[in-house]
Parts: sequence; structure tokens; C-alpha cells
Amino acid sequence: METLATLFSIAVTYAIINNVVLSQFLGICPFLGVSKKTETASGMGLAVIFVIGIASFVTGLINQFILANEALLNLGIDLRYLKTIVFILVIASLVQFVEMFLKKSMPALYESLGVFLPLITTNCAVLGVALNAITYEYNLLETVVYGLATAVGFFIAIVLMAGIREKIEYNDIPKPFQGTAIVLVTAALMSIAFMGFSGMNI
Amino acid sequence: MNKYTERLFNGIIKENPTFVLMLGMCPTLAVTTSAINGLGMGLSTTVVLVFANLLISIFRKKIPDGVRIPAFIVIVASLVTIVEFLMKAYFQALSDSLGVYIPLIVVNCIILGRAESYASKNGPVESMFDGIGMGLGFTLGLTCIGIIREVLGNGSFFDMPILTDLGFTPIATFARAPGAFLVLAFLVAGMNIVRKKMDEKGKPLAKPSGCITGDCANCTSKCADEKK
Repeated sequence: METLATLFSIAVTYAIINNVVLSQFLGICPFLGVSKKTETASGMGLAVIFVIGIASFVTGLINQFILANEALLNLGIDLRYLKTIVFILVIASLVQFVEMFLKKSMPALYESLGVFLPLITTNCAVLGVALNAITYEYNLLETVVYGLATAVGFFIAIVLMAGIREKIEYNDIPKPFQGTAIVLVTAALMSIAFMGFSGMNI
Repeated sequence: MNKYTERLFNGIIKENPTFVLMLGMCPTLAVTTSAINGLGMGLSTTVVLVFANLLISIFRKKIPDGVRIPAFIVIVASLVTIVEFLMKAYFQALSDSLGVYIPLIVVNCIILGRAESYASKNGPVESMFDGIGMGLGFTLGLTCIGIIREVLGNGSFFDMPILTDLGFTPIATFARAPGAFLVLAFLVAGMNIVRKKMDEKGKPLAKPSGCITGDCANCTSKCADEKK
């Protein structure tokens, strides 16, 4: 039961309280760029959940069995310093691989997520999750839950933002604030709202 | 003005990555809670940028075109790892407060963007100066935003309590997440006004590239197309 409680606390903390976009500033690019329509925003959000889910599992495996391998560490070989290089390459090739796989075997899913996949390689949230999981010393299961929770947090933030942007499209905004500036003001207000959750004690 | 000072001027003023090109938004928002953090992040990015530009420019004829992006990423990631360890060794406090954003320099648009649009087409010395210019421009941007947020959010300037001594109550929100978005929003709005003025004068500023324009497909190809 202890583990289940830990997992639940990780999930709630990173999906809502420490929201990836609104309080950690990871994945700002797609958050500002792909949030014009709710449909595309939810497509992007789903693609991020999909990629981070796979990527956190794979990078977790690599970390546990290769980089921080007990046997190697006992031999005095510490490969952990390679984490940044290994993870960015693994994530970049993983996204390519997932894209090819989806195109070949799941055309329906590819239709809905395909266009977003290349955008995700340079998304700092994916690399950030992989690196943070090591800093927080999560085990494999916790890493995957942490990754998925972060991605769900991203989904919530980007879909909410898209909903608000669809509304403010019809508002009379001062000229200099049109475009990105008003989106950033909106993000600031959303961030204040999400700060309210930080009082939650889990 | 010779071509080296031209590169420096270009990076710091004409195509300033923060104010004009609006690149590298993740670190711009995340680490500017205080002026010293902004400065530290800017300088570490500068170091990576200078050496990445130098190495990529040296190897530009050896790297096959088809695998150039992965090759650039490996070079940048190695440099970032070195910088990360140097900071852990010599600037422990700064390294702790910047945290995961140091390794995330790898995915910073500015670095791959400059590699693709400048260093892979020009000689090593020019590329180095381009890196210094762009890096210092980025440092300037981050430090300015850091100063604004620190003064408003903490009442201090580089950790010197200047405003709190005068009886000013800091607005803590500015040092936290919402303040970052708010300060950047006003910065973008201000730049929109400047941009319009410069357009009317007939001296248009360089277009913003990267995520802020809504096209985050990949900064590399976009920058490359625009700069030629």
C-alpha cells in the first residue's frame, strides 16, 4: 500500500500541483505555438502523453540497467555522467522510430498524432522528465508514473489554454498585446490559479 | 567595423536572441527569478554556444549532410555535460539553483539554430565571434529580465536589498512562476511597439523565430530558411 500511496502522490503532484508548463516552464514552445484550437491542442497533448510515456520507460530502463548498473559501478565504471548525451539521442531516435512504426502499423493513430511527433523531439519536457527522474532517484515504476503525470499536466494546461484562446479571439485587445503577448498574460493568470493547488498536502 | 565586431554587434543588439529573435523561451522564463541566476544561465549558455560554434565550424566539411543534426546534438550535449560538471565543481550554489535547466541547454533553440544557420557555413573564427555575440546578447536579455523580477519580487538588486530598505514591500508573485509569464508578456508587447516604430522608419527589425511565432516545428530549419 505504501508504494501505491507514493505513486498516487507523485501523480497528483506532477499533474496538477507542480504543473510542467505553468510552474516548471518545460514545453513552453508547443504550449504557445500549438494552442490556437482545442482540437489541435488535445492532439498535441495526446502525442506528448504517448511519447513521454514511452520515453520515460526507455530512459528509465537505460538508466537502471546500463548507466547506473550495479555490476559496472562495483567494477569502478560509472557511466552516469553520460546521461544527457544518451538521453537526448535516445529520445530523438525513439520519436523517429515511433513515427515510422505508427505510420506502418497504426495508420488511424498516425493520422491523429503524426503531425505532432516531429515537434516533440525538441520539446524540453521529454528530456527534462528523463533527467529529473534521476535527480529525484525514482525507480522504474515511479519514473513512468512521473512521466505520465507530467504529460497529463501538459495536456490539461494546453487544452485549457486553447479553450481560453478560442474565447479571447473575439475580444478587443490593445494592439501591442495582440498575438503572443496576450497568450503570455493568460498563461500568467492560469499559473496564478494553479498556484492555488500548492496548498494541497499530499 | 570589421566582420568580427559586426558579429558581436549583430548578436548583442541587432539580432538579440531574447528581445528580437525571441529564442530560448524555456530558460528565459524558468531561471530569471533573480539577476544572478539569469547572468549565470546566460554565461553558461554562452560558453556552450562559443565552443559548439567553434567545433561545428571546424568539422563542418567532415560531417555528412544527412546526419548533421544528430552530429550537432552530440557535440552540444558533450559540451553541456562538461559545463554542468565545471559548474558543480566551482559554482555549487548557482548549479543547485539552475538545476535541470543546465542540461536542458542541449535543447535550447539558439544553439542548434546558430549551428545550422551560421557555424555550418562559416569559418571557425567568425563562428566563434558569432557565438560570443549571440551568447552575450542572451546573457543581457536574461540578466535584464532577472533584474526586473528580482527588484519587483524580492526588492533587491543582485542580492543587495535596495528597495526593501526604502520600505517597499516586494510583490512576491514576480519572483514566482506567474511573474515570469507577466514580465515576458510586457516585454513582447513592448517589442511589438518598437517593431512597429522601426517598420515605419524603414529599418525593420529581424523577425522573431522559434516558438514564439507559433512555429516550433524545428527551430533549425526555420532559422536556416530565414537567414539563408
